[in-house]
Amino acid sequence: MTENARIGGEGGERDAVLAVRNLEKHYPVRSGLLRRVTGHVKAVDGVSFDVREGETVGLVGESGCGKSTTATSLLRLEEPTGGDVYFDGEDITEYDEDAQKEFRRRAQMVFQDPNSAFDPRMTVGESVAEPLGIHGLRDQDRQRKIVKDILERVGLSASDADRYPHEFSGGQKQRIALARALILNPDLLVADEPVSALDVSVQAEVLSLLDDLQQELGLSMLLISHDLGVVRQVCDRVGVMYLGELVEMAPMEELFANPQHPYTEALLASIPDPDPRQRGGAIELTGDVPDPSNPPSGCSFHPRCPRVVPPGDYDFPEGSFREVLDFRLAVESDDIDDDLSTAADVREAYDIPAALPDGDADAVLSAAIEDVLAGDTESAAERLSDAFSTVCEREAPGLAETDAGHPAACHLHGVASQHAPPELTSDD
Amino acid sequence: MTDSLLSVEDLHTQFDTEDGTVQAVDGVSFDVEAGETVCLVGESGSGKTVACESITKLIPRPPGKITGGSVNFDGEDLTELSGKALRAYRGGRIGHVFQNPQGALDPVYTVGDQLIEAIQLHRDVPKSAARERAVELLDRVGIGDVSERIDDYPHQFSGGMKQRVVIAMALACDPDLLIADEPTTALDVTIQAQVLRLLDDLQDERGMAMLFVTHDLGVVAEIADRVVVMYAGKVMETGDVYQVFENPSHPYTRALLDCLPGRGRALETIGGTLPDPTGPPDGCRFHPRCPHAVSECETGDQPDFEDVGGEHDVSCVLHDETHDLPNAMEADDD
Repeated sequence: MTENARIGGEGGERDAVLAVRNLEKHYPVRSGLLRRVTGHVKAVDGVSFDVREGETVGLVGESGCGKSTTATSLLRLEEPTGGDVYFDGEDITEYDEDAQKEFRRRAQMVFQDPNSAFDPRMTVGESVAEPLGIHGLRDQDRQRKIVKDILERVGLSASDADRYPHEFSGGQKQRIALARALILNPDLLVADEPVSALDVSVQAEVLSLLDDLQQELGLSMLLISHDLGVVRQVCDRVGVMYLGELVEMAPMEELFANPQHPYTEALLASIPDPDPRQRGGAIELTGDVPDPSNPPSGCSFHPRCPRVVPPGDYDFPEGSFREVLDFRLAVESDDIDDDLSTAADVREAYDIPAALPDGDADAVLSAAIEDVLAGDTESAAERLSDAFSTVCEREAPGLAETDAGHPAACHLHGVASQHAPPELTSDD
Repeated sequence: MTDSLLSVEDLHTQFDTEDGTVQAVDGVSFDVEAGETVCLVGESGSGKTVACESITKLIPRPPGKITGGSVNFDGEDLTELSGKALRAYRGGRIGHVFQNPQGALDPVYTVGDQLIEAIQLHRDVPKSAARERAVELLDRVGIGDVSERIDDYPHQFSGGMKQRVVIAMALACDPDLLIADEPTTALDVTIQAQVLRLLDDLQDERGMAMLFVTHDLGVVAEIADRVVVMYAGKVMETGDVYQVFENPSHPYTRALLDCLPGRGRALETIGGTLPDPTGPPDGCRFHPRCPHAVSECETGDQPDFEDVGGEHDVSCVLHDETHDLPNAMEADDD
């Protein structure tokens, strides 16, 4: 209960409707004849954040980063394997059946695909009214009245209650889904990619509706999306997730203006700019999201990070270590092209300059290239890993306060990071 | 223009449905010059996919039917061709990349086999040579470890990797034209940036023309040379990418640009939905949703194209000489 007391005790967190602490959801991987558990996919691995009253918090990241699993686990649609979730200061994992039902009323969810969210044989009115019946309001006339009210509120007409889902377009169905989520007057709405199945023009409508409703009803909202443009439209604060972990959390404008994690930077730069004169600004991330059942050591972003921290023993100018590390990783996985016959070819293939600025570093690199050309990749790998190992692959950075005033999990922001406790309430 | 690589003229494609005939593409014309990138933009249901599937007659028949117009590719009218002659173009001189890479690959064959099949379909080469070419292609589109991965099945690849395989397949026979239908819509933004870069590089390398279908104006700004804006089966505006983005002249183009998320908090919406495809409105198809509509917009056919400078054409009565532009539009019109 100390954790609980802390949440009530600290001024900044008092009005948190939802407080997530070190949430974990690990799925077992089974293999072999006996289906033994041989490993775990850490879909969500120690995520902590708050959603305050009337606030919209966004979670962004690529597919597979665990943002949807975070949503379903914190609502207990899936049982989390670790961590705590406090709703109004109470631990939801300790709820009994009645409290659980009340929680289900107060926290609602909207899903990505509105086409599969409705029973095609029920009228829209029946679908929207269903939660009322479950929570004890069975008077048909009153149900009907409430349904008509809420349908009008989401921009449909009361007579739509007697029509069937297939008669509506995708955007309209998403409005109906929203009506159904709001009919019980919840305090928290979790929206998982609510507009990604919709056209841009319809996205804009649904987003502004969400924004209006949220302000009108004083809802707290957790919005999950892979699209930073969408998040920017409606969120007050944004958390960026990568491979099951939160790597940065900041007020929306600050995240866009002053991203502190290289991954956030790359995500922001990947949004296509709707100005044809600003082409090619994207920071290109090499490769895909790694396999979550076998995540990289240290910072899980280091194999793709354009700003990976160079080893302290050598002098690498800003941003020039990535190429050398790419070469090292290629040597270690024995993935060097056989066609490369001279040292210059090898350097060119990996975008490494003819001579590194640091003479000592260049000597190691040259020796390694010689080894590779002589066919001895093993000793080349050894040479390279001895000299060029980075803190990013050895230690996992914790989420720590940065100079910008909001937390990010990156070694670029000081070495003491792992000792600082995750402090997730940035001032606004 | 006779020297265009592809010249689509007054194309009509319709579908017979239970609710009546849908004119999915209703008199669409556009050109693609050798080596350039043309983007077809519009909301779902605007007919952009049907328009580009009609080029190589990929539309299912029945219920679909090309009822008029011509598709001239390098001097030959593809609408007149059938069977074998057409197949020489499909996947040969014209490559296709579709939206969903999952659906474009056969799950029970390795990607290598599928690539080899695509190569041997168009070229009389032994299997070993085709395999060599397949390795080369996969390597070019950025699949690492090709010698191992070529014998993997599609499910062993991630979405972005699958789309790379599909692109490799489309490039198998060095097409002159690549038709890419929403190739990045199913991908994450970071992967989308990679795939767009790849397409751009490949295009430079091979001097290939590209017809790119998308609903995302951000992507259009990133890659297009020219833009064709479609709405309800008709072309609304066409022009150079800079002209269209900096001087959008059709109210629909303007509305599409205004509802891009992430441009500040106040979000403009278009309001309303696409018209019923079985009975589109008279006059300009966009008039029921248009904030600037006047009485003339409601009768007759879609307005004729007016040239608003350069090769920037707009189908809107407001650009006719007899009209004064409404203030709201004039303000932005330089």
